[in-house]
Amino acid sequence: MTTVSTSTGHSDAQGYFDELVTAATSSLVGDEVLLANVAGERTDFIRLNNGDVRQAGTIDQRVLSVDLIEGRRHVAGSISLSGEHSTDEARVAALLGRLREQRAHVLDDPFLLYNTEPVSTERIESGTIPTPDAALADIRAAAAGRDLVGIYASGDTYSGFANSLGQRNWFQSATFNLDWCFYLRADKAAKNLYAGYDWDDDAFAAKIDWSAQQLAALGRDPVDLSPGEYRTFLAPRAVEQITELLSWYGAFGQRAHETRQTPLLRMLVDDIALSPLLNISEDTAGGVAPNFQTSGFVRPDRIPLVTNGIYAETLVSPRSAQEFGIATNGAGDHEQPESLAIAPGDVPNDAVNEALGTGLYVGNLWYLNFSDQAACRTTGMTRFATFWMDDGEIVAPVNVLRFDDTAFHLLGDRLEGLTDSADVLLDTSTYEQRSTSSQRLPGALVSAMRFVL
Amino acid sequence: MLIDSPVGSSGLEGRLRATLPTDVDHASARIVDERSEHLRVRRHELDPIFNQFDSGVMITIWDGGGLGYAATSDLSESGLARAVDTARGWARITAGAMITTAAPSRHATGSYESPVEVTWDSMPLTDRLDLLHQQSRLLGIDDRIVDWSASLVRREVDQLLLTTSRDGAEGRVEQRFRFLYPGLRATANEGTNTQTRTFGANAFCGQGGAEVLGRFGFGDAATRIAEQSLELLHAPNCPSGVMDLLLAPDQMVLQIHESIGHPLELDRILGDERNYAGTSFVTTDMFGSFAYGSDLLNVTFDPTVPGQLASYGFDDDGTPARRQHLIENGILVRGLGGEVSQERSGVPGVANSRATSWNRPPIDRMANLNVEPGNSTVDELVSSIEDGVYMHTNTSWSIDDSRNKFQFGCEYGQRVVDGEIVGTVRNPGYRGVSRTFWRNLKGVADRDSFTVMGTPNCGKGELNQQVGTGHASPACLFADVEVFGGEQ
Repeated sequence: MTTVSTSTGHSDAQGYFDELVTAATSSLVGDEVLLANVAGERTDFIRLNNGDVRQAGTIDQRVLSVDLIEGRRHVAGSISLSGEHSTDEARVAALLGRLREQRAHVLDDPFLLYNTEPVSTERIESGTIPTPDAALADIRAAAAGRDLVGIYASGDTYSGFANSLGQRNWFQSATFNLDWCFYLRADKAAKNLYAGYDWDDDAFAAKIDWSAQQLAALGRDPVDLSPGEYRTFLAPRAVEQITELLSWYGAFGQRAHETRQTPLLRMLVDDIALSPLLNISEDTAGGVAPNFQTSGFVRPDRIPLVTNGIYAETLVSPRSAQEFGIATNGAGDHEQPESLAIAPGDVPNDAVNEALGTGLYVGNLWYLNFSDQAACRTTGMTRFATFWMDDGEIVAPVNVLRFDDTAFHLLGDRLEGLTDSADVLLDTSTYEQRSTSSQRLPGALVSAMRFVL
Repeated sequence: MLIDSPVGSSGLEGRLRATLPTDVDHASARIVDERSEHLRVRRHELDPIFNQFDSGVMITIWDGGGLGYAATSDLSESGLARAVDTARGWARITAGAMITTAAPSRHATGSYESPVEVTWDSMPLTDRLDLLHQQSRLLGIDDRIVDWSASLVRREVDQLLLTTSRDGAEGRVEQRFRFLYPGLRATANEGTNTQTRTFGANAFCGQGGAEVLGRFGFGDAATRIAEQSLELLHAPNCPSGVMDLLLAPDQMVLQIHESIGHPLELDRILGDERNYAGTSFVTTDMFGSFAYGSDLLNVTFDPTVPGQLASYGFDDDGTPARRQHLIENGILVRGLGGEVSQERSGVPGVANSRATSWNRPPIDRMANLNVEPGNSTVDELVSSIEDGVYMHTNTSWSIDDSRNKFQFGCEYGQRVVDGEIVGTVRNPGYRGVSRTFWRNLKGVADRDSFTVMGTPNCGKGELNQQVGTGHASPACLFADVEVFGGEQ
């Protein structure tokens, strides 16, 4: 394995961002205030199918976003940066000129709020990641004789905030992740993820072994289950899909609460509670996302969202803070968790099969959405490794099933227990850029889950 | 214009031509320059105007059986040279490890430009903002409407694809797209009942200028949307049972997209998407014989529809795009796959190798995927229903990774009994299986209800990509569908 180390010390990208913002600040007129954010990455990608390469390459991108404020009037914009100083300074100047023109046409923004008490932070995580040719060789060797499909990504990602008041925040990490499946046939597959800062051959081999074992279990003849209710164990990756849907639709955001669009509306209106076993938080300190947001507010280490099944706090963006008269807690504008954590319970992780007994072991859920959002009735599919268990033993893989049930059952009155350890699940999403979100989740034992198709 | 678009810049094109290697099997440079303006008035207050400017290039090199790409926003001579070196390096690394080794043979030349009747810039910013404030006033008409917004997004995307190869052949494709995405939304609440109505769930969008607003009746929709959100608060739940289902065009968009479009993508069928977006219940041996639907079902891939969201002249591999049937009289005849997938699968495809932008490589995507109109009027279809629901505007979508077992929900339903619409129902939903659902298609409305729409954000691919896809359809009637309502 040939490896390279990246992201050590004060980086070039950080210095470049600082210089651009400093130059832009010097060009401000009158009482103007500038907020600036940068997001960038240089990532090597290898896409594989059946162990061979479908596409491979490198993406080098950096986007600068700015808010130009005068009093309470402001407009915003973004440009891609070339990395070449004079070009980018000219682009920034042109963008600021455009924003000044537009600002003349807008009124005061009653919801404008940005941090005026500069708090500068820096977090740089270095990593030891393989060179592209070494990574490809290792992955193909592990795939030999198996149908491996997935994506390998590695390299630096970074984000920064700066303003004309002197605040500077920087987050940068060098990471790799291999998100892959071993396929047996049709839709039967063992899904896995190997991700981190430092590539370790032994750790990778252990992941491969785990997938190979699950693949063997999938070799039995699959069974079709009829619609109905089944005792179910949801592995952490399956729980992740439920919390992700809730988060996406504002279950933990102030705006969705105030406008009655939260899928947990019944908790607000009818005082319905989730299971007392359930404790959900936004655990920024335990995650891998930046601890600052785009208006310059630094996030607390932890925000309790649900405590013993009861609503605790919500994520409050600066705009919601102004709109609804409540203090911001550094949430992004979408008010979704970026480092959601559910506290573990007391079901021994190494005795999940015994705790389940007879029922469904669901490794992954897929494509969740609401059947009735106001009632938090949710539908979705089982995917990848889902097994029918009898008395704690695997009987057979199960062909895909559609569930339709509410979180008030799955995480409420039918939640029997949570596993005694939680998995750190890194978000492998690469829409526009590599995600830095993650969740830390236990598995969930549910006395009955409703399947409909 | 903030910054001169690099597309059409002779300086950049000259640098690219000089930098693209001619000692490889095939090389391309795909430049994308995008400019967009995002306007939204929510609860009578203007969100900060957001302007986006993005440009960059992807260099792709096929050589010696290897393939590599390098994408960069550094368009300087040295930046382009570094990208070429990086792409060459990947081609060396992947040689001998590729799924397919055949380099593209095509060097296309041509251009495309969105048809624009009224340029967006002819409508001053103050007029745009006034229009949104006016819509906001029409939406926020009742204390029970707790959230509402009106929005306009304008995008301009210029692309230039340059190709070359060892034999000295060259290609050049220039395409200029102009998009408009209008939006309206009203959310009403009473107690635990929250109901939302929208302007076609974002499907009412397309290519063109300000005339796109009139195409979908943007100026007349707000009052209806607000009133229907209130109406839904007191409507009964959609009944449950197996019955007839009439789908309005703004739900057909989703039905076509999820249960025809994605299953027919050849890269899914070939397994590329199995780790993320999924596979397909369709297999290569089904093309030419499989009865995908009843004989009323005719589906075209048609990038030539003027003003539709995903119209274009060439895909991002440079393949000329033209109208082709995917399903003809119910029989599956062609897949959604570009040149590479066609070569890999042996299945006939279309020109649909597309990328989100300069920083993503092209993959098989839907473009305009349309259900051709039939001969019935919508009134005739309603009259033919003994027991059913007429559903409008998608709000929920879920389908398995083989694109087979689906469950979809709509914003607004109308109960139909004995050929008459007898009332409004809320939380309408239905579920089915793609493999058999379309065979129950028993009525296709005529051109009067045929609506040309789009899906702005279709997600797929590793690396993840979002692209716009177009869908056009009349209202369609299905028999024996499992229909259901909400919890309360």
